[in-house]
Amino acid sequence: MSGKAYVKKVPSAQAGLWKSAQPVLARLDIELTERCNNNCLHCSVNLPAGDAGAKAREWTAERWKAVLTEAAGLGCLVVRLTGGEPLLRADFEEVYLHARKLGLRVMLFTNATLITPRLARLLKDVPPLEAVEVSAYGMTKGTCEAVTRVPGSFAACRRGLGFLSENGVAFTVKGAVLPPTRHEADAFEAWAAGLPGHTGTPAFAVLFDLRSRRGQDDKNRAIAGLRPGGEEFVRFARRRGEGPVEEWRDFCGRSAGARGDRIFACMPSAASAAIDPYGRLQFCLGLRHPDTVYDLASGSLREAMTEFLPRLRERRAADPAYLERCGRCFLKGLCEQCPAKSWAEHGTLDTPVEYFCGIAHAQAVAAGLLDRGEKAWTVRDGSERAARRRES
Amino acid sequence: MMRKIDLSRTYAPSDDVVIREIEGEIVIVPLTSGIGDLEDECFTFDEWGRAIWSKLDGSRPLGTVVQELLDDYDAPAELLKGEVIGLLQELYERRMIVEKG
Repeated sequence: MSGKAYVKKVPSAQAGLWKSAQPVLARLDIELTERCNNNCLHCSVNLPAGDAGAKAREWTAERWKAVLTEAAGLGCLVVRLTGGEPLLRADFEEVYLHARKLGLRVMLFTNATLITPRLARLLKDVPPLEAVEVSAYGMTKGTCEAVTRVPGSFAACRRGLGFLSENGVAFTVKGAVLPPTRHEADAFEAWAAGLPGHTGTPAFAVLFDLRSRRGQDDKNRAIAGLRPGGEEFVRFARRRGEGPVEEWRDFCGRSAGARGDRIFACMPSAASAAIDPYGRLQFCLGLRHPDTVYDLASGSLREAMTEFLPRLRERRAADPAYLERCGRCFLKGLCEQCPAKSWAEHGTLDTPVEYFCGIAHAQAVAAGLLDRGEKAWTVRDGSERAARRRES
Repeated sequence: MMRKIDLSRTYAPSDDVVIREIEGEIVIVPLTSGIGDLEDECFTFDEWGRAIWSKLDGSRPLGTVVQELLDDYDAPAELLKGEVIGLLQELYERRMIVEKG
């Protein structure tokens, strides 16, 4: 008998919470809808809010509640409700409350334009236990709506944030570095810091993904045209000093070592999964390659987590360019190359994505890991080099 | 709120929390506001806390729970009683239990 405090307060993500095995499923992402009431320049997901075909195919609240119940039974602690804009769903509150009553913490991703006083009060009374993450693009009506392309969206977003603040609901805002907004980053951070209820430091979307549903070449061309080059990305990261560059060096030193022929290097053992609005389970929301999708309508979460995804994780690369370059590259800790990116860009699981390769090389040059023009996969002692730079 | 825990009273988990058992751990997740500090927190017990908590179902007075624990464990009565009251005091202050009668 110890006599010490009996109730331990622990972050649920803390390593060591589980004395035995980790739960079969620790975190679940649910994309409630692909529809959105904004039409952001850079979005890799959104369909029009009124897309009747998409709406008709979306799973009902009853089906989501059944999935959440199964997820909780598998040990899941955190569920992310996202979209599209999840608050477009008239049954959002029903799904949210079901998740919370199961003892799940909820990460809500929203553009805040549909937050009402009633919803803010609900989030106050039954808190999600995670800060609400709000995509709030632009510091003025002009810059915001140049991104969202929806008149009135700026005022609606600010109004929604106000409801969260008034009710003491914790939230964090996220910006995007786009042609209309890239000059506003400092003002955005200062504004966020002064918002009642805002927590943490705002994040910025900088490296934009192409459309994960594919088949929309015009949108992909538009998104590609918004992406910063490597040097621009490094300049943005460095705007407050060398901290990020030191982090890259440190991270690369700790994670050096080539992928070999593994393609799912990003999630070797993570007990997480994502489900699209139609009940199709995937490793992550971006990976929609048909070979990597499990239809929950004719299966179960348990089977997906214990059989389907572990089998998938064993997939090996076949693309000669991947094996020649990514397979031998020591920058895997910096590079965003992954099956989801290959899928969005090339419709495959393992084709190298030149854009992210270029970004990683620019980071490595800035961090002193590569000379300008040097290719990481040609460096024979890359891991040792990264470790040496980290030590020094 | 300070409140004297009474062995003649009955206590049960509050509706303001959700109790889960995951991989052998009891995890208490706040449901309503004011229990956790909002973000990234849940609560769990040490071994004794788990043993005591498992008997708090609102069906019998706390004194009976103490007696059952004395039957189950080889521990000095006064020490065990103190531990039970200490735990319940903490749970009550955290609004994780309620007095049922």
